[in-house]
Amino acid sequence: MLHKLRNRMPMAALALAVAGLVSNVAVAGDLVINFDDPNAGPKAGFEAAVEAFKVANPDINVTVNINDREAHKTAIRNFLSADAPDITSWYPGNRMAPFVEAGLFEDVSDLWEQEGFNDTLAAIRPTMTIDDKQWGVPYTYYQWGVYYRKDIFDKLGLEEPKNWEEFNAVASSLKEAGVTPITIGTKYLWTAAGVFDYLNLRINGYEVHNDLTAGKVKYTDERIRNVFVAWKEMVDAGYFVDNHATMSWQDAIAPFANGDAAMYVMGNFSVDGYKEAGLTEDQIDYFQFPEITPGLPRAEEAPADAFFIPSKAKNKEDARKFLAFVAQPDVQTQWNITIGQLPVNKNSQVGDSKFLTEGFETLSTATGLAQFYDRDAPAQMAKAGMEGFQEFMLDTSKLDAILERLDKVQLEVYK
Amino acid sequence: MSQFQNSQSWYKRNQLQIAPWLFVAPALFFFSIYVIIPIFQSISISFYEWNGLYNAAGESTAKWVGFDNYVKLMDDDNFYTSLKNNLIWLLLFMAAVPIGLALALFLNQTVTGMRFYKSMFFFPFVISQVVVGLIFGWFYNPEFGVVGSIWKALYCEEVTNIMGNLTSKCSVQPPNILGDENWATYGIIFAGLWPQVAYCMILYLTGLNNVSPDQIEAARLDGARGFKMLRYVILPQLAPATFLAVVVTVIGALRSFDMIAIMTRGGPYGSSNVLAYYMYETAISEYGDRYGYGSAIATVLFLIMLVYISYFLFKMYRDERGQ
Repeated sequence: MLHKLRNRMPMAALALAVAGLVSNVAVAGDLVINFDDPNAGPKAGFEAAVEAFKVANPDINVTVNINDREAHKTAIRNFLSADAPDITSWYPGNRMAPFVEAGLFEDVSDLWEQEGFNDTLAAIRPTMTIDDKQWGVPYTYYQWGVYYRKDIFDKLGLEEPKNWEEFNAVASSLKEAGVTPITIGTKYLWTAAGVFDYLNLRINGYEVHNDLTAGKVKYTDERIRNVFVAWKEMVDAGYFVDNHATMSWQDAIAPFANGDAAMYVMGNFSVDGYKEAGLTEDQIDYFQFPEITPGLPRAEEAPADAFFIPSKAKNKEDARKFLAFVAQPDVQTQWNITIGQLPVNKNSQVGDSKFLTEGFETLSTATGLAQFYDRDAPAQMAKAGMEGFQEFMLDTSKLDAILERLDKVQLEVYK
Repeated sequence: MSQFQNSQSWYKRNQLQIAPWLFVAPALFFFSIYVIIPIFQSISISFYEWNGLYNAAGESTAKWVGFDNYVKLMDDDNFYTSLKNNLIWLLLFMAAVPIGLALALFLNQTVTGMRFYKSMFFFPFVISQVVVGLIFGWFYNPEFGVVGSIWKALYCEEVTNIMGNLTSKCSVQPPNILGDENWATYGIIFAGLWPQVAYCMILYLTGLNNVSPDQIEAARLDGARGFKMLRYVILPQLAPATFLAVVVTVIGALRSFDMIAIMTRGGPYGSSNVLAYYMYETAISEYGDRYGYGSAIATVLFLIMLVYISYFLFKMYRDERGQ
């Protein structure tokens, strides 16, 4: 009893006590799900899916805990080993690796086999896989790319650039017209990783991205250096807004909305931000990050969100039913229309916003999908790397010192 | 032994020795649970490499690495940056003491509404550090903050951009205090001084209330005025307040965590980190799952504080014996 009580303490501290009590008396037929996004859209999408699941499975009693995203990131370390729900939302790639390695997530390869996910969810399969086994089921993902002010482009007679030469031409026309080409806010670091990832994917390709984040390529490698050479040209030419180090990604929308900056390397979730800043759908548009190395197979950033079964779950049978349910084409269609993202199941319908249509086109024709630097690389490497990117953007002359430091961290992380 | 003593219960006989412990017991209990035991726990964790996870069987996944974490610390640039910033904090935060004294001397007059002015000066100490951090974050903002606005008035002109919206064109870029590795720490310390000065001021104001008027009068008769009066008559009487002000300022400097978390998160690229925040970052933040390494940082911070705490206890002990 004391042991149980001790284990339950951190849960109680996180105001999950009520849920904990419920899960404690769970018998077959009870299903507890921890979800990590209380924002209106994602919450509505999740709750609608749960309702549909309840209708389809009237004998299962579903309990839902919706947590703040940041709180969930901390709480999951406790509840997976102390008082596990039957299902929890989490992220694939390296973010799930520590839990998989500690044996805290259930292997669901059988479900992938049985439900045909190896085919229908093929796009996200590699990133759900560790040791040739699949550890969860993705329900949504979204594209990254360049969001731009279509009205500014039209006014200056600019076209969506297809390659690096055209991109530079667009950028210098913008500069001439007194518009900063790219807005960015690097206060929270990860936005700079978006630019780095795309330069790396376009200059060196998907393999090098994977090898770098897997620790097989050094940061001082000539190929990675080339990425920084291109980036340095952009920084030196004044492509990025000033003061990016004090701005969050939301702050960086202000110059974009005001017409002081015309492009933003971002994920599709940012579209809501542009609209809230007063831009209409006609004023903004999307293009794929342009080609740099000619003929290189195109890979894209496409972070996915997924559901996992903790290995200490009490009702794994019904948990598997729920995972199979959220991967169904029609469920994913509805869910992703609600949250304005892309369904992973290839038989799903994509919402009819122009960003989703273009995003789906972009991702379905890509030869590889990266999760994002901070999900593909281990946490310690990601943190050091992103700090390095920010430092480089503020002072490109420090490049050598930064790369050597990253090599040092890499040696330590991947030993 | 007499029969009388035997008839008393054991408790009765030892009441004088036991009673103090009974009063101290609850505090001691919680103090051990929340302070003493965790200190030893984190020292022991610092010898492991651990991501904070227990496996499905409930066993810790920690791996014994001996002094590895400390060896790594010795070769960690971020650690030295944080340590250096800790020292800068300790040093510059001391400015709160003389500034607080100056304000207290200035406010120690009888003018109508003085209570109101005093409370206005004391106000920043009442609001939360997080709020102070937020306010100063905006204050420093080069785009829309006070710093940015003044700069714009001096060096920038308003122009209409391509979309017909107003924007500013500057001949010199406004200073980006929190985004510049050379200025971020000083920017945060300056913000932290605002409430700390208020705190020192209040300590000195109470101290000034207790300054004996006889001695001042006597000094005046002897011809002491101005600075001499302050140096030889007032300050010695304020010694207890000064001691307290220094103590709370040192503690304040070591508690800089909240301001840093709010204003820069240790950035840009770790240049405004202090040990406490670096420990949080490596052990429990979004990108941190190195409990062992974080504990090693915490242990080093603890040892540094131990020096200060020992001095503090020693001085208290000496003062009490002196009386």
